[in-house]
Amino acid sequence: MSEADNKNKEINEFLNKSYEYGFTTEIESETIPPGLDEAVVTLISKKKKEPEFLLNWRLKAFNHWKKMPKPDWAKLSIDPIDYQAISYFSKPKQDGGPRSLDEVDPKLLETYEKLGIPLHERAKLAGVAVDAVFDSVSVVTTFKDKLAEAGVIFCSFSEAAIDYPELIEKYLGTVVPIKDNYFAALNSAVFSDGTFVYIPKDVRCPMELSTYFRINEAKTGQFERTLIIAEEGSYVSYLEGCTAPMRDENQLHAAVVELIAHKDAEIKYSTVQNWYPGDEDGKGGIYNFVTKRGDCKGENSKISWTQIETGSSITWKYPSCILRGDNSTGEFHSIALTNNLQQADTGTKMIRLGKDTKSKIISKGISAKSSQNTYRGQVTMAKGAKNARNFTQCDSLLIGSDAGAHTFPSIDVMNSSSILEHEATTSKIADEQLFYCMQRGISEEDAIGLIVSGFCKEVLNELPMEFAVEARALLQVNLEGAIG
Amino acid sequence: MTKILSIKDLHVDVGNTSIVNGLNLDISSGETHAIMGPNGSGKSTLAKTIAGHPDYKIRSGTIMYRDHDLNDLSIEERSNLGVFLGFQYPIEIPGLSNTAFLKAAINAKRKYHNLGDLSASDFLVDLKEKSRMMDIEQKFLSRGVNEGFSGGEKKRNEILQMLMLEPVLSILDETDSGLDIDSMKVVASGVNAFRNENTASLIITHYERLLNYITPDYVHVFHNGAIIKTGDIQLARDLEEKGYEWLTNP
Ligand SMILES: Nc1ncnc2c1ncn2[C@@H]1O[C@H](COP(=O)(O)OP(=O)(O)OP(=O)(O)O)[C@@H](O)[C@H]1O
Ligand SMILES: [Mg+2]
Repeated sequence: MSEADNKNKEINEFLNKSYEYGFTTEIESETIPPGLDEAVVTLISKKKKEPEFLLNWRLKAFNHWKKMPKPDWAKLSIDPIDYQAISYFSKPKQDGGPRSLDEVDPKLLETYEKLGIPLHERAKLAGVAVDAVFDSVSVVTTFKDKLAEAGVIFCSFSEAAIDYPELIEKYLGTVVPIKDNYFAALNSAVFSDGTFVYIPKDVRCPMELSTYFRINEAKTGQFERTLIIAEEGSYVSYLEGCTAPMRDENQLHAAVVELIAHKDAEIKYSTVQNWYPGDEDGKGGIYNFVTKRGDCKGENSKISWTQIETGSSITWKYPSCILRGDNSTGEFHSIALTNNLQQADTGTKMIRLGKDTKSKIISKGISAKSSQNTYRGQVTMAKGAKNARNFTQCDSLLIGSDAGAHTFPSIDVMNSSSILEHEATTSKIADEQLFYCMQRGISEEDAIGLIVSGFCKEVLNELPMEFAVEARALLQVNLEGAIG
Repeated sequence: MTKILSIKDLHVDVGNTSIVNGLNLDISSGETHAIMGPNGSGKSTLAKTIAGHPDYKIRSGTIMYRDHDLNDLSIEERSNLGVFLGFQYPIEIPGLSNTAFLKAAINAKRKYHNLGDLSASDFLVDLKEKSRMMDIEQKFLSRGVNEGFSGGEKKRNEILQMLMLEPVLSILDETDSGLDIDSMKVVASGVNAFRNENTASLIITHYERLLNYITPDYVHVFHNGAIIKTGDIQLARDLEEKGYEWLTNP
């Protein structure tokens, strides 16, 4: 074997490190049979004791979805999905909902422990409030009391539908309408649970909010719905993390996230997505089709998306901002790492309607082995979007010679006073960089990690401290103590 | 005085070309050796072979480093056991701060020797002192490794890394090339600070100037991948005056 082959082999072994979250949990669960029709939609709504308006909304979405053409897959290669073979609701069996952590099934807690989220202690230490969604149901929300003092509402979507129906009715579907796209329509019809956050006027949310999603049951889909409303002058930072067990068949995850920032409000939304990516031959893995959009409704409002996408066999998501308020700001910071046969098609849309709006897009794609990594961005400057500014930086890093990186920036300017900047680079990890690190005593594995984290620096810096650490680890980096 | 490096009848190939041809060299602790020689004579090849660069294959001969046959050791093991190479062309690693890089390197070495991580404060105190000595401003340390550094800054950064890693054998490949007079003095003071009875240096250079600050114990002339003459600092002065012709084409 030549030296180059040997090196490739080492790199491959490193990249092949197995998925650590691929365990399943044996819990009795209540899963409705696969299939989708009006009765199933109604059943979901009834099981959740939802108000009437919500059921009607779901049915409207369902009837629209039925008529929609299946999406065109752009750069992705994908087998057809049989929507009748999926179960649209699964919940861990337990009488009534848990009222406190002590009532939560210990097996569930163990699962979270394995995922590295001990709800009991670590959350407290970290000062993070966690909402954990297991398959379709929100299991427990920690720190409710402390948040309630500040007037912050942080609960499962199901609870919110019952406790705060007027807020749900007012905002649900205003940012991502039912008809937005195929998966948004499907989600609107069958969403099972998710997270609801409401930050009252002038309140700075006293802690990081965070939700962990996990798909456990076989043959289920996860369709969560997140709605975050930041009233005038408020601030919130929210993080979601996702994992799923290893399974041979593909599982569907089609979420919708809607953010609303009123005047002078700021929402920081971070995602660490580590769904099961499938095995080396591309068998199994999550189809991650997500619609995320924020509405900078008020003047001076700001929404920033940060995402670390390392999992899923197919990722298809474009967290976007509608910059409606004058002087509002939208940001998108993304790291997408693909390996083996993973495919990621991700990017953002910045739609500028207001005057003097600003947006910044930083995208870092890392592709290894035979994976395909696509950035797709759209910046639209409407007629009224005078003096809008956009900066896009889009960098790709290739590891090995079979991987692909593609970028499709698209720009629509309908006025003459907008300023757009776009920078793009593609690079490879050079053997000489590895040699340099190794000459300094650093193992090849750690060297790759260091080089990748250097490449991703601007985005990692956007994450809250404790999650930046997790994200680095997820990027298979051993940077222990090396944060400069 | 103990043997640190012992090279016997070394032949090194790159692809199908033989670059080092029957080299012999012994270096003991406390010694400083200089290698001079025309462009393309194989000096960097020797340096990278000692460091374990995969492009350079030892066809025959041995390189012993203390008690180890270097051929048995990986690149990082050699480093962790005290072999340092100052690169002729230091590599850039964008985004990875010099501080993070140095810390990773130091802790990798400590781990190899079953020691825990260096405390952040000890590390920073040491780094501050040594970067001051190398005339490297704090703000350079938070920049990416060699990212956008000038030629001279890169070379001073190599010496900083050497001082931080505290190797046993330091091989400096043209660390003096492209330095202004002040930087030359700074680099020389770094090299001199590194010298003691337990360490050894192998300094590859084209100019007598650095050697005047450092005063090597031996000066070797390298030609066609082997040492053709050994002397002291006077040999370097003769070369400066006469060039290589009188040795390579007598
Ligand atoms: N990786 C390589 N592939 C092909 N040829 C190489 C490689 N490395 C070195 N060589 C060749 O080997 C010879 C010796 O190169 P080397 O870099 O060791 O010279 P040097 O003595 O350091 O020269 P200089 O003084 O210019 O730095 C040169 O002819 C060079 O082109
Ligand atoms: Mg050279």
